[in-house]
Amino acid sequence: MIDEVDVNGLPTRSVSRRTFIKGVIAAGATASTAGTLFRASGGGLFAATALQGTAERLLTLNVNGQQRRVDVLPNETLAMTLRYKLGLTGTKLGCDRAECGACTVLVDGVNHYGCSILTHAVRGRSVTTVEGLQDPETGALSPVQQAVLEGGGFQCAFCAPGFLMSMTALVTSTPSFTRDEAASALSGNLCRCGDYNKILDCAMRAGELARSV
Amino acid sequence: MAEKLIGTDIAPPDLVAKITGRARYAEDFRADGMAFAKLLLSPMPHARVRRIDAERALSMPGVLGILTADDVPQRDAPAEQCLTNEPVYEGEPILAVAAVDEATAAEAVERIRVDLEPLPFVLDPLESLRPGGADAHVQGNVIVDREWKSLKWTAEEFASAEAAGRLPMGEPTSEWSHGDVDAAFAAADLIVEETIVHQSVTHHPMEPRSNMAFWQNGKLHIFASTQSTARTRAALASALELDLEDIVFVAEYCGGGFGSKISGSTVMQIPALLSRKIGRPVMHRVTRYEENYFGRARPGFQGWVKMGFRADGRMTALDLYLVEEGGAYGSGDFGTAGAVAHLTYTPENVRVRAVSVFTNTPPKAAQRGPGGAQIISMLEPIVDKGARQLGVDRLAIRSLNAPGSDVRFGPRLMGLTSVHAREALELGARTFGWDEKRMLSGRRNGTKVTGVGIGLSPYTAGSRGYDGLMVVRPDGKLHVHQGIGNLGTHSIADTARPAAELLGLSWDQVEIHWGDTSLGVPRSSNQAGSQTTHAHTRANHAAAEDAKRKIQEVAARTLGGAPGDYVLDGGRVFRRGSRGSGMSFADVARRAIELGGHFDGHELPDDIHAETVTAASKVAGQGLVGVAKDNYGGDGAGVYSWVVGFAVVELDTETGVVEVVDYTGATDCGTVIHPRSLGAQVLGGSIQGMGMAMTQRWVFDPKWGVPFAKRLYTARPPGMLDVPLNAQWAAVGIPDPTTPVGAKGIGEPPVGAGAAAITCAVADALGGRCLCRTPLTPDIILTELEGLRKPYSPTATHIG
Ligand code: FES
Ligand code: FES
Repeated sequence: MIDEVDVNGLPTRSVSRRTFIKGVIAAGATASTAGTLFRASGGGLFAATALQGTAERLLTLNVNGQQRRVDVLPNETLAMTLRYKLGLTGTKLGCDRAECGACTVLVDGVNHYGCSILTHAVRGRSVTTVEGLQDPETGALSPVQQAVLEGGGFQCAFCAPGFLMSMTALVTSTPSFTRDEAASALSGNLCRCGDYNKILDCAMRAGELARSV
Repeated sequence: MAEKLIGTDIAPPDLVAKITGRARYAEDFRADGMAFAKLLLSPMPHARVRRIDAERALSMPGVLGILTADDVPQRDAPAEQCLTNEPVYEGEPILAVAAVDEATAAEAVERIRVDLEPLPFVLDPLESLRPGGADAHVQGNVIVDREWKSLKWTAEEFASAEAAGRLPMGEPTSEWSHGDVDAAFAAADLIVEETIVHQSVTHHPMEPRSNMAFWQNGKLHIFASTQSTARTRAALASALELDLEDIVFVAEYCGGGFGSKISGSTVMQIPALLSRKIGRPVMHRVTRYEENYFGRARPGFQGWVKMGFRADGRMTALDLYLVEEGGAYGSGDFGTAGAVAHLTYTPENVRVRAVSVFTNTPPKAAQRGPGGAQIISMLEPIVDKGARQLGVDRLAIRSLNAPGSDVRFGPRLMGLTSVHAREALELGARTFGWDEKRMLSGRRNGTKVTGVGIGLSPYTAGSRGYDGLMVVRPDGKLHVHQGIGNLGTHSIADTARPAAELLGLSWDQVEIHWGDTSLGVPRSSNQAGSQTTHAHTRANHAAAEDAKRKIQEVAARTLGGAPGDYVLDGGRVFRRGSRGSGMSFADVARRAIELGGHFDGHELPDDIHAETVTAASKVAGQGLVGVAKDNYGGDGAGVYSWVVGFAVVELDTETGVVEVVDYTGATDCGTVIHPRSLGAQVLGGSIQGMGMAMTQRWVFDPKWGVPFAKRLYTARPPGMLDVPLNAQWAAVGIPDPTTPVGAKGIGEPPVGAGAAAITCAVADALGGRCLCRTPLTPDIILTELEGLRKPYSPTATHIG
């Protein structure tokens, strides 16, 4: 048992590293990627509420400030749970293997690849996705969103939700930063359209807006 | 006065959806009872399926059905089927299984036994051309006059070339020339000759080509990842032999395509066919791993070039031979490569010979600047070599050889609408500071040496004759219906701007309808060849002229006077000079509906496309309809835009690592519609070119034909720390005189500019030594720096 941290460096309460690895080995080649495949829980597709799963699979997740009850398989990734069980399709999957950052979400304010965290590992933590960036009361855009809107950031924008989460982690954790520091902070996110200069302009502006509120 | 809409930064109307997570890409759609598909991919580069045993899979609980090559539309190679019984590359889809969830489908695929007969395969086109070399298809290795042929060169042709370290050049399958290259070489003051290799590069858009489909009341509803909208529906209809109107085609957002999703993709047929078979909606999520196999790649070249120069730097002769890696289903990048080389340097004497060879490597497709980007990135450093030997400035040699608007080039000596390459060179040099920065060349700082480079890159940028469709509705707004795709270029909004400006509207009085053919979309161009800005600013301008005439006519009929007395501004039409009177567009729309006929779209022009007629009949009666074909003319002349890239690199002589520290891109693309988006295209395209020159690659195990470098981290596109963070861009901004709007396209020319600026800067850092191959990975650079014996031949491909 690993009591302190799991494979994602997150404190874990229910899934040990050994259980995770055992699951992978037991089910062979398919299961080695099965965590990144969509598997219906219990009673079929999107039947997250019609639960037939074991008590251990039934989680309460704190997502975007709301408590969400959901049936989660032991090897299910957070990105899969968000996209296919909670209807939060803003989080994108570009590679499913920690190579691109399209799936970036915040766990307790820290940016993580949603494709590479097991949902069980975020039990009791607070998860924020791109859908949770707007002010829940007023619907106002967050400083990061506002900066991107003003700066006309992104081209195809498939990378945008991931970048927005990394930018949010940056502006909330760092009171002021240089362009180079912003680039380092965002370097875990890939933009195939190569919109980096504009994205950085937006990140710098987001820093200004965040400081002014 | 209404707002100025041309040449201003206006965020596209879909940006809020993109940054709040509401934008729906193909994999974000859901349907009740949606099943999931998984594919079985060929584990061999060339094989024949002898038997499929799926019993153990089909008996699994949750498995809903299987689709094999026998169930899909049959095509003869080189046309491609979505599933095949004769895979011609490792990773080609053989069958698909549908199940209640994806994990079940994947487990079912694992339980299927496919008996495969291995067939001979070939990865390197030159190996296929060798006597006794394998053919990628059982039918042959090349296609000549639409016929398969097994083309082999002689042992002597290989032996003599290899002894000289040069590309073997046997019988080509394509050849064109102008003038007399041999006589020109005899008279030249300097001749430069090189063997060159350009590797194949995977497209890897961020969004894999996932699709979802279902059938309802005999109609196919499909949610697709594609660059184009109207044209993709048409392509799918013809692939599945359906009527256009039997497909409801939804493609609201596309996470990039770069040429790999022009009219969708072949795998788009799979969920459609599987859904029809099992009677449930089917989602097919494509993984990055699969994307690497069937998501397409830019073809590589092995080539040879000989350039003849006059003492002042004028290129008098160009002789080019290209062997193209055609991949599993063929490619024709060599055509544009030859034409672009001729256009960029305008030698009076030119000869281009080429052969495109099928190989058992993943399928190739147009990739942003197909042919042009590869050839420019290879030839520019060789031009520099000539400049260096002649003592001519590298900027000057490009200006001297660049064409003007009177150019004639390519096999058929095509003319162009406008060329301002020299202006782009001057503007770029000024913005970048060429005069000072070229002095950095060769500067040493510890183990680092600085190199400076320029790359000049033209590419196609327009087309004509499409239709525009728009409605002024009783809400007083202009509703523009776009059949073009939404792939990140912002064209759905930007091509409507000149129309809105013509009608005197501000941007908040315009609504864009796109991404769903059931809304009614006009005949449109493909989102390829950088055509859209040119083609659809024209088409929308034509429709807006039609709307304007009708609005003036409605006003005259209602308020008296002649239509010509009326002007349009701010959503009102009024008599010149009496702004307070007149009618609002809302009133005009209501009146148009009363008048009917051509006013509200019940009567249509004769010359619009049948697809536009169908679309217009959907909006007829909604308001005042503007609909027209682009009849602005100009046929016969090509449309090209230009980008020149300037780069400074620092090459670490101890590690072979190259860092791009400074970059400027300057363009001639006519009138600028949306500056910020244009800058993003110039720099984003240039960055893709940098990845092409430096890091992206294919590497295969030659024994088994299996690729190694197949994920983003093994063939990495540039990340944020790999590119200069203060890059600049500039635009010449001279309107193209043959279009009413003056705008040309921009998507493609930056790639060659970015790539060539880097290949040139690296050669400069190496003291003028052109490595004449890409990618310029650290080990390739170190081998050169250390003067080591190269572990690969001068024509070796798929290394890096
Ligand atoms: S999808 Fe998670 S890093 Fe790419
Ligand atoms: S904007 Fe297309 S991947 Fe970033």
